[in-house]
Amino acid sequence: MGQALDVHRIHFAFTITFHYIFPQLTMGLALLLVYLKTKALRTGDEHYDRAARFWGRIFGINFAVGVITGIPMEFQFGTNWAAFSKAAGGVIGQTLAMEGVFSFFLESSFLGLFLFGEKKLGRIGHWLAAFLVFLGSWLSGYFIVATDAWMQHPTGYRLGVGGAFELASFWDLLLNKWAVWQYAHTMLGAVQTGCFVMAAVGAFYLLTKRDENYGRTFVKAGVLVGAIAALLQLFPTGDMQGELVADQQPVTLAAMEGLFESRAGAPLVILGQPDVEKGRLDNPLEVPEILSFLTYRQWRADVKGLSEFPQTEWPDQIPLLYYSYHLMVGLGTIFIAVMVVAALLLWRGKLYDSRWMLWMLMLCVPLPYIANTAGWMTAELGRQPWLIYGLMRTAQGISPRVSAGNAWFSLIGFMGLYTVLGILWIFLLYREIELGPAPDVHPRGEEAAVLATE
Amino acid sequence: MGTIWFCAVAFMIAMYVLLDGFDLGAGAIHLWVAKTEEERRQVLASIAPVWDGNEVWLVAAGGTIYFAFPALYASGFSGFYLPLMIVLWLLILRGASIEFRNHIKSAVWDPLWDFLFCASSLLLAVFFGAALGNVVRGVPLDASGYFFEPLWTNFRLGEETGILDWYTILVSVLALLALAMHGALWVQLKTSGAVNSRAGKLAGLAWWGVIVLTMLVTAVTFKIQPQVKENFTTWPVGFVFPLLAVSGIAGVAFELRRRNERRAFLASSAYLTGMLTSVVFGVYPMVLPAREAAYSLTVRTAKAGDYGLKIGLAWWILGMILAAGYSTYAYRSFAGKVAIDKGSRG
Repeated sequence: MGQALDVHRIHFAFTITFHYIFPQLTMGLALLLVYLKTKALRTGDEHYDRAARFWGRIFGINFAVGVITGIPMEFQFGTNWAAFSKAAGGVIGQTLAMEGVFSFFLESSFLGLFLFGEKKLGRIGHWLAAFLVFLGSWLSGYFIVATDAWMQHPTGYRLGVGGAFELASFWDLLLNKWAVWQYAHTMLGAVQTGCFVMAAVGAFYLLTKRDENYGRTFVKAGVLVGAIAALLQLFPTGDMQGELVADQQPVTLAAMEGLFESRAGAPLVILGQPDVEKGRLDNPLEVPEILSFLTYRQWRADVKGLSEFPQTEWPDQIPLLYYSYHLMVGLGTIFIAVMVVAALLLWRGKLYDSRWMLWMLMLCVPLPYIANTAGWMTAELGRQPWLIYGLMRTAQGISPRVSAGNAWFSLIGFMGLYTVLGILWIFLLYREIELGPAPDVHPRGEEAAVLATE
Repeated sequence: MGTIWFCAVAFMIAMYVLLDGFDLGAGAIHLWVAKTEEERRQVLASIAPVWDGNEVWLVAAGGTIYFAFPALYASGFSGFYLPLMIVLWLLILRGASIEFRNHIKSAVWDPLWDFLFCASSLLLAVFFGAALGNVVRGVPLDASGYFFEPLWTNFRLGEETGILDWYTILVSVLALLALAMHGALWVQLKTSGAVNSRAGKLAGLAWWGVIVLTMLVTAVTFKIQPQVKENFTTWPVGFVFPLLAVSGIAGVAFELRRRNERRAFLASSAYLTGMLTSVVFGVYPMVLPAREAAYSLTVRTAKAGDYGLKIGLAWWILGMILAAGYSTYAYRSFAGKVAIDKGSRG
């Protein structure tokens, strides 16, 4: 059974990790599109409409890949995790079904109108379409995070007849405090991806001295929104998230930090390699007492180490969890530095001529993707060995009749398909960026206008 | 409460078949009804703004099954593991071919996506038909509440069934023809010129196949699934469903002859609705019949807790009203025949 379990886990990890490349940009860009459309509406300047049309095309490609890689997620709970679904469907089926009913219809209807109906809708109508696409995608994010939050910190349920969990309180499920903070933290991560991508494209145009008026608009939007998001990512959302973990999943906190023995005045580890067999951290580079302070607001507070908990409660991938967490936090810190410095340069009116900063913004573009992925890995590896924290072990959740061989079959299929999809996605995005936002450069014409019906 | 949700899920699946059915059908036939670049773009333009919204009905129906009938979701989805994975891949290929095609204009780019769009649409119609056939025929559920079906065994309806056997293949062919007809009627409604007349002709041809197979499949189904006969004899009022199907299919032929494109499409929708509701009515109260009747999953054994289902009803109805509002608005915005702007650099 152990083998099938591993394949099912990798199956989910692979498909969800690949999928999340797309929604994070979708959700971030959705906000920035509303920003651009608002600018267009307030200034009446066609420049912002063209900018929005350009990003609409990129959004469209990205959204499409997000949708087609998202459908397998909705089905995989049943195909690969049937025992879990049978037990938990009565509770988290609520949030997953609500996502379909409330956000997907909204998003898909108005994205069609946003991309193909600009002529027909008029200025205010088109702004509204952008806003509703934003609303739909952000609602969708909430329902998914609420689902995950229930697995991290189950609330509002009771044990029904036959051993399945039943919903006991709708609002406890929906307003789970874990969901609220995790959502804020997740969405800020998505906004940062959107901001870095927009700023990077802008920087690329400025550095290559083409479409410079658009380049300035993109850099400005990315940096302004990005700086705010980077700061909020750390405080209060990251801080609150950490507090919840310390409170509800203390063993996870110890594993994330690579803290094997309990310590008063525990240090914050910047670098170091956890050695789980020997129970220690090699080559540690530490800042003393910071972890105690961050967790309990007291320099000498006692933080529990892994040795205080039975090994059966430890997350099963401690090194991976430790690195994910440190990558996320390290990158988050770098984002604050980059965005705040860029914002200061913008304020002083020097950003557009500051080549080193533009280079920096352009090269940073993969980093928010890595940070977002690492963040999710921290949450999901940290939840192990539980599938539903404290209630159901991961090993109990898989489909009892789906063998390792069948799971490999589909995993290999997805790997092949997603490789092709990933290459096409990068190719098409590169091409849109290369063509640029100026009107009349697109070989298919302005598709939005072309498809207008009688 | 279980029965209400049974109807709700049936409604969502019917919506999916009616709506995504026409864009699947359009995909399956477009290589034959649209020959030139401009004609192909006409077909694509007729579905581009709406196909994604149509597919949401599938995802939303999946989510609703998960929420209302967790045991069905768990057992059905893991039991149909292999065909479902293939369906997912086909959905991915199909979505990619619709969305990626129009970003580049090249002699190697367009035909590739056109072919993939056609092939994936065609195969999806076949797989959905097979899925329906499997549900009607029953699956090898046992006392554990789980099963696993290979893609095929010996193509017979014996103990060890596969996804594909002679019965489910029959249903598949019917599904393909019915959706091809449905899609052709949609394309006819939304286009003009050569595509329009070819689509009309194709719909007329498919109609004959649909008629023959509908009779054949209906006759066989009464033999294979005894519950169907039982339900129709216990509640004769259920005959309104097959009646709807019959009048729908008759309406298609009638309206095609009268050249009323809109009514022909609506008649085909009535046919599909009638067929689906007949099946659903026929298997009730089972949600997943087993080959061995005692292990069948029913509305009662598969449903979630009552409190959750009651709460769900409130938001589900609200959500459906909203969804109906957006879709109506979106469809009205793209009403009328598609016009490809010839002056553009298309």
